[in-house]
Amino acid sequence: MPANDDVQRAQRFREAALPHLDDVYTLARYLLRDASDAEDAVQECYLRALKHFDSYRGPAMKPWLFAILRNVCNAEYARRAHSHSAIEDTPGAAAQTPIWQESEASPETEVLRSRDAGAIRKLVDALAEPFRETFVLREINNLSYREIAEAVGAPVGTVMSRLARARAMLRAAWTAEEERSK
Amino acid sequence: MTCDEARILLHALLDGELDAGHAREVEAHIASCPACAAELAAQREMKHVLTETNLRYTAPASLRARIEASLPEPQRQQPTRRALLRGFAMGSAVSALAASGVVAVVLRQDDQQRILSEVVSAHLRSLQAGHLTDVVSTDRHTVKPWFNGKLDVAPPVIDLTAQGFTLVGGRLDYIDARAIGAVVYRRRQHVINLFVAQTSSTEHRSPKTQTMQGFNCRRWGERGLNFWAVSDLGADELAEFVDKFEATMKANVEG
Repeated sequence: MPANDDVQRAQRFREAALPHLDDVYTLARYLLRDASDAEDAVQECYLRALKHFDSYRGPAMKPWLFAILRNVCNAEYARRAHSHSAIEDTPGAAAQTPIWQESEASPETEVLRSRDAGAIRKLVDALAEPFRETFVLREINNLSYREIAEAVGAPVGTVMSRLARARAMLRAAWTAEEERSK
Repeated sequence: MTCDEARILLHALLDGELDAGHAREVEAHIASCPACAAELAAQREMKHVLTETNLRYTAPASLRARIEASLPEPQRQQPTRRALLRGFAMGSAVSALAASGVVAVVLRQDDQQRILSEVVSAHLRSLQAGHLTDVVSTDRHTVKPWFNGKLDVAPPVIDLTAQGFTLVGGRLDYIDARAIGAVVYRRRQHVINLFVAQTSSTEHRSPKTQTMQGFNCRRWGERGLNFWAVSDLGADELAEFVDKFEATMKANVEG
C-alpha cells in the first residue's frame, strides 16, 4: 500500500506529465523509427520522470520529459549500436550535407506537391541525426529554439544551424523524390 | 551579412525567433540577394505544407493504460480510511470511543494534506503555458470586478506593486471540487498564486508555511476567507508577501 505522500505525488505527476504523452510518443517514434521500441522507451521515460519528479522545477514540462526520453533512446541506441548511430553530433554527416542546393540542381521555383502524411513521415525518418531530432522538436513538437536547446543540451546557435541543415536536406529529398515520380 | 549566415538565419526568421535588429539585417540581405530570397520562399512554402499535414503520432491506448497502471492510484486512499475505521469498530466499546477521536484527527489532517496537495497541483497547472491568467491586468480595478458573478465570494485584490510584488491578473480555478478565485502576482521571474475561498469560520488563523514538491505554501484565515499563497519563492519572501498583503488589506478595511 503506497504512503499518502506517494499517492499525492503521483497525482501531481499525472496532471503535469500525462497530457504530454502524445508529444513524447511522437518524438520517440521519430527517434527510434519503430513503434514497439517507441512504446517501451516512452514507458521507461515516464517511470524515470516519476522517479525524478522531485527535482522538476516548472514551468516547461515538455522539454524536461523530452530530455529524459532522449537519454532512454540513447541507451537503446547503445544497445543496438551495431545497426544504428547514436544521437549525437556526427561531424562527418554534417560535412557531407550541403547546407543548400545549388539552384541548378533543384529549381527553387518548383512548387512542392502536397503529400500524404505517410510519405512525409518517411522523408523525415530518412534524415540523419542529430538533424532529424532537431527538426521533429521544432516542426512537429512545436518547441521554441530555447526549449530545444534545453532538451538536447546544446547551445541555441547549434540548434539553429542543425535546423537549417535539416530543412535543406528534407527539401532536397522531397524535390528529388518528385523528380523520380515524374 | 554573407549568404552562409543568411541561409541559417532565414530559418529563425521563418520561425519568428529573431529579435527586431537581426530580422532587419536578414530582410535587408534578402532584399538584395535573389538566391537567398528564393531559398526563403521555398522554405516558407515547405513549412506551410508541413503545417497543413498531421505528422504527429497518437500514443496507443494500451501504452497509456500501462503508464497509468504503474502510478500509485489515488482511489486507494478511501479503502485505507475505511479499513482503519472498521479495525477500530471491531475493538471494545471503550477503545472504539477513544478511537473515534483519533480517527477524526487523522481525517482532518488528511483533508488538510489533500487540500494542500490540490493547491500545489493548481499552482503547477497554472504554470503550464496559457493557463496562468483568465484576466490579465496590473490594475486591481479591472481584476476585482472580473470575479463578480463567477464566485460566491469577492476575493480581495490588492495592488502590491510598490512593495515589490506585481499584480498580473486573476483566474478561476478548482480546489476541493469548488470554484475558487486565484489572484496572480509576480516577483522577479517567480509566480505567486494567491487562492481565496470562503469558509464558515470567521476566526483569525495565523499564517503557517508548509512545503510540498519544492513549493512553499503559506496559509491563513481572515474575515471568513481562507487564503493559500503558493510559489517557488523562498519561505522568507513568501512570508513577506503575506505580511504586506495582510497589512494592506487591514489598512483598506479600516481606512
